[in-house]
Amino acid sequence: MKTLLVGEYRDGKLLGSTYELVAFAEKIGADSAMFLVGRESDLPQYNGILYFADILKYSEFNPTAHKQMLLEVVAKEQPEMIVFSHSSYGWDLAPRLALALKAAQVSEVIDFVDGNLVVPTCNSKLRRDVKSKTAQTVVTLQGGAFGLSGEPSGAPTLVKIETDATAQVEFAGYEAVEKGGVDLSKAEIIVSAGRGIGKPENIEMIANLAQALGGEYGASRPVVDAEWTEHNRQVGTTGQTVSPKLYIACGISGAIQHLVGMKKSEFVVAINTDRDAPIGEIADILAVADLKELVPALTEKIKSL
Amino acid sequence: MKILVCVKQVPDMESKFRVNDGGKWYDEADLALRMNEYDEYAVEQAVQLKEQVGEADVTILSIGSDRVKETMKKALAMGCDRGVHVVDDTSYAKDPFEIASIIAAFAKDHSFDMIFTGMQSQDRGSAQVGVLVAEILGMSSISTIVEFTFDNGQVTARRELEGGLKAIVKAKAPALMTCQLGLNTPRYPTLPNIMKAKKKELLSVEVATLLQVDAVQETTRMYFPEKKGGGIVLEGDVGNMVNEIINILKDKTGVLT
Ligand SMILES: Cc1cc2nc3c(=O)[nH]c(=O)nc-3n(C[C@H](O)[C@H](O)[C@H](O)COP(=O)(O)OP(=O)(O)OC[C@H]3O[C@@H](n4cnc5c(N)ncnc54)[C@H](O)[C@@H]3O)c2cc1C
Repeated sequence: MKTLLVGEYRDGKLLGSTYELVAFAEKIGADSAMFLVGRESDLPQYNGILYFADILKYSEFNPTAHKQMLLEVVAKEQPEMIVFSHSSYGWDLAPRLALALKAAQVSEVIDFVDGNLVVPTCNSKLRRDVKSKTAQTVVTLQGGAFGLSGEPSGAPTLVKIETDATAQVEFAGYEAVEKGGVDLSKAEIIVSAGRGIGKPENIEMIANLAQALGGEYGASRPVVDAEWTEHNRQVGTTGQTVSPKLYIACGISGAIQHLVGMKKSEFVVAINTDRDAPIGEIADILAVADLKELVPALTEKIKSL
Repeated sequence: MKILVCVKQVPDMESKFRVNDGGKWYDEADLALRMNEYDEYAVEQAVQLKEQVGEADVTILSIGSDRVKETMKKALAMGCDRGVHVVDDTSYAKDPFEIASIIAAFAKDHSFDMIFTGMQSQDRGSAQVGVLVAEILGMSSISTIVEFTFDNGQVTARRELEGGLKAIVKAKAPALMTCQLGLNTPRYPTLPNIMKAKKKELLSVEVATLLQVDAVQETTRMYFPEKKGGGIVLEGDVGNMVNEIINILKDKTGVLT
């Protein structure tokens, strides 16, 4: 099989996720070529042909031009699979390419077993095996699902590409991440509040447990979106990545975007009323309980030690 | 101004799921159903846009069996003007390309100025339908937006990227937006608005009149992930649980020592 890997560049840097695409091709035993809109001074370590366009000319977000160049490369390489990361770049560009190629797109692939693409469904509670019915298939890979066994190596053979396609939308720059406040990345103990806390007043309960343990409190996204706490406490893909000694997830279901931010924790305790919550997959202890009872009781006990 | 919002009815993710007899989808019996979370933001943004521009008409579209009307009524009560129910008892088995083609087939003769969808559904989670609809219609689209402003036919949106970074993207109407969590604060339908919604037009269209394409992919099997095991599950009395947790933490971590 032949694959075309679509590497990714963001805010002036080659993203490490590009190597996950290489790992996927290796895992399924496929040949590959790569496409990247990036910078010549920062190329991936990769053995193969790299179809390359300059990011200064085509910008980091210009789906029309990126799609047009990809279509040319696909016509030349005739890959059976075109592989993206399931990221803000990938899930935006992949469907545009898939439609132009009249190809199936299978999103958020986590495995490839007996010719089936495996994808999560229903917040990871279920899995689906999916088969494409088209000659070419576009796939996006879940972040972290595939990893290289060793360090990346090699030097690509550059083939420069161009297009005169004009942008349909205008990319007007980035808005930086809000800085300041707590730095969860350094915390050794984190107690996080999820939507399961039910109401903003219950943040205090979570903060109290964190304090009793000498740690910080964090939150899942819905808690931040509802403005029950500030954004710099959000753990996950679009928040902070943390690696404490102890992470206590209270009323958090364990969506992949949350897990990505905390799976490097050394020890994970999950408190959840749902025994089947996906957080149980990665928790060292899953306490099936109402957090409104267990969290205050645990706090009292710890204070009394 | 004509606005279209696409919504999907999905199970509450806290439900206890079972795989159905066909082995390719979940059993719908006994599931609590609700509006896809991402679509709530889409509905709210459409209604806010209507409130801003004044002269606007918001159509809500949903594909599915009769039960999706409940979800559509919620959208109408939130402020949408009319509903189009695409009647399809097997919509769950359709792939993103088929769903997008159905929506595009409906939209193509209505010259909508703005279309809002969720960035993905909570059950399938393909994150494709919105962008596909725009591509089929040849319309600009911006995906995963967390901020939206509209001024004189010009959209300025913030796309959410990883790690909290945002990209500022501008587009001219007509355009399609896929909405991310936190875009706005979806309103709760008030009782008077729920009453008013009952009188709003809810048109039914047979899916066969809109579907002109074949599926490009198929689900061959649905199943539960294998439990990787390892973790300890504690159940029962909260007092005992507290002691057990503390003992394990003392034993297995450097914490509490
Ligand atoms: C592109 C993208 C980026 C995202 N980025 C992030 C991110 O950075 N961080 C993040 O967290 N999410 C992120 N999300 C959202 C993510 O997909 C989930 O929606 C979110 O993590 C869910 O948060 P939650 O677990 O708190 O809520 P839910 O999924 O609603 O889960 C609530 C949990 O609480 C439990 N519960 C309810 N009541 C109680 C009780 N009384 N006691 C104990 N348990 C209870 C329930 O059983 C359930 O498991 C992102 C999504 C997308 C699409």
